[in-house]
Amino acid sequence: MSLITFDPARVPTFQVAAKGLLGDTQLRKNVRHATNVIQGKRKIVVDEMPDWQQLRESGKQIKDHTLRNLDYYLQQFEENCTKAGGVVHWARDAAEARAIVIDLVKQSGSDEVIKIKSMTTEEISLNKGLEANGIKAYETDLAELIIQMGNDLPSHIVVPALHKNRQQIREIFKREMNLPDLGDKPADLAEAARTFLREKFLRVKTGVSGANFLIAETGGVCVTESEGNGRMCLTLPETLITIAGVEKVIPRYQDLEVFLQLLPRSATGERMNPYNSIWTGVHPTDGPRTFHIVLMDNARTKILADTEARQTLACIRCGACQNTCPVYRQTGGHAYGSVYAGPIGAILTPQLQEMHSGQSLPYASSLCGACYEVCPVKINIPEVLIHLRHKVVEQDTQGIGAFNPEALAMKAMAILFTSERRFRAAQRMGRMAERPLVNKAGWVTWLPGLLGGWTQVRDLHEMPKQTFREWFEQRGTSDGK
Amino acid sequence: MANSAEARTEILRRIRAATGNPAEATVIEAEWNAIQRDYKLVTSVDHEGLLEQLEDRLRDYDAGVYRCHPAEIPALVGKILAERGKETVAVPSGIPPEWLPAGMKFVEDARRDVAQIDACEGVLTSATLAIAETGTIVLQDAPGQGRRAVTLLPDYHLCLVHAADIVQTVPEAIARLQPTTHLATTFFSGPSATADIEMTRIKGVHGPRFVDVILIVG
Repeated sequence: MSLITFDPARVPTFQVAAKGLLGDTQLRKNVRHATNVIQGKRKIVVDEMPDWQQLRESGKQIKDHTLRNLDYYLQQFEENCTKAGGVVHWARDAAEARAIVIDLVKQSGSDEVIKIKSMTTEEISLNKGLEANGIKAYETDLAELIIQMGNDLPSHIVVPALHKNRQQIREIFKREMNLPDLGDKPADLAEAARTFLREKFLRVKTGVSGANFLIAETGGVCVTESEGNGRMCLTLPETLITIAGVEKVIPRYQDLEVFLQLLPRSATGERMNPYNSIWTGVHPTDGPRTFHIVLMDNARTKILADTEARQTLACIRCGACQNTCPVYRQTGGHAYGSVYAGPIGAILTPQLQEMHSGQSLPYASSLCGACYEVCPVKINIPEVLIHLRHKVVEQDTQGIGAFNPEALAMKAMAILFTSERRFRAAQRMGRMAERPLVNKAGWVTWLPGLLGGWTQVRDLHEMPKQTFREWFEQRGTSDGK
Repeated sequence: MANSAEARTEILRRIRAATGNPAEATVIEAEWNAIQRDYKLVTSVDHEGLLEQLEDRLRDYDAGVYRCHPAEIPALVGKILAERGKETVAVPSGIPPEWLPAGMKFVEDARRDVAQIDACEGVLTSATLAIAETGTIVLQDAPGQGRRAVTLLPDYHLCLVHAADIVQTVPEAIARLQPTTHLATTFFSGPSATADIEMTRIKGVHGPRFVDVILIVG
């Protein structure tokens, strides 16, 4: 995670940002390549599972059950984690979560931390907060290191640097690690990161992580990863601070049997990711001596209260919806102006920002439904997108918004559509009014003023010479009946 | 620091406001029991099929795979370590001494400074179980497997798995692990890897970059 962040108040709308990014052919090439590879791998390991649909259904039901009883399971997790020697903290919002983590780092007596990739810490811009308090954060995931050193922003929830190719990564490492002779083979780049980070792993006394699953029954925490940087951060420091959204809890250890099958196959197209770590509080003579976990709300309870959008919280952050989305595949992640991009970002981001920003995101979709089909926990993303579009429209048409051109046009339409006489008159007028705009082939390619928004991206067929009603009535008379 | 107790009360209040009154534990338990679980739970191949599937998956991850009878272990261990050129090899306490070939240097982890482990070229351990379908080996803080740092810092891991500890599916593995959930547990599936650069799985970033597995049969 870098020190620059997506500022909700300042990011452009999706449509504006996308327009610019679509011109970046290198970015589009990188995104297309990465999403193609990952989708191909996913398909192979999903197709070999005869019980994939059953697993999805169970995953959905477990998440649904947990969310309906979230207070019960969070308290159970708290009780069991505490019994095992962990310290549980609660944070209502991002600012509170940041303050708790900063304070815990200071208490640990360290002015630097090693970090595992965590979208939750990205969500709350933790690194910026740490830096402001004189604490140096080292990202240890290869992709996050690329993002941090390149002073860049993540563009995918599983492979945050997928928008960078090997040559671009080499340039960043050459500069930041002072390695003028670095090659551009992926193995060279990984070796450079290994050497650079090993010293940090052995020296830094405080680790910060996110979590994939919090197990209520045992008080245990599960982190899945590939590189082993996670194991380093979870095992070697004296103090470990984990931060997790409240929705990350699952009822029982047995539930892992579902998610540990769904997640790796969906996320990276592997039968199992290289490493899963499960620990419970503090283990004598193995790993950190102090373990803190911060349970964060940050608008999640707002989403929970909205029964139609609640399923958003079932997300296990696999990124499969991003890889399959025809919109994401064209624009990449940065157009979404949030650490959560793609279809899941389009529903999660505006809700995490309590609909104060990100209102353009529910429109960043053609509603094709590909995201729903690949989602390992069956989140009906198109349904939530439409629900949120409704909310955005309601927001736009309240108070002064009731006089905005779209709202007024919709009102005028309502007046026309509720009277047959008025409707017929409007059709006749429309045919007359469009005449100067119709080209020889019978298409309208340009509309004036506000209506121009429509023809900017699509052509309009000219209206038929005769409506169905007119034809039907004529037919009646010509038959002489 | 922010008042965590106050935050706790408020978050739980918000949750209850969103989901309705809290249900009784027995009701919640019954609801959890009613969750549909129609996925595959048990092994669908015979013992030989199980071994072959695990071997196939491990090779797919670029791990070396060997089979041997208990009496052949020290000779095979000696041969593999010699081929790999590993001279200083860490072992956790609880490794059966009869596994270790004579004349080689094994460093038993004293569970103190990790520098001693970091200086080793490899590590030799046993395992709790293996999952054939996913090519996964599970390690716990148990005799012969040790604390987590032991199997993390050295660049090479030689892992011995009893054939009786191989299951086919993830649900079977989780069921076996249920009695020992309090132990720190690591699942590893092949050598350390990353796909962060152009989605190419490349071996080895921070964990052991080279892994060999011996399946103990008979």
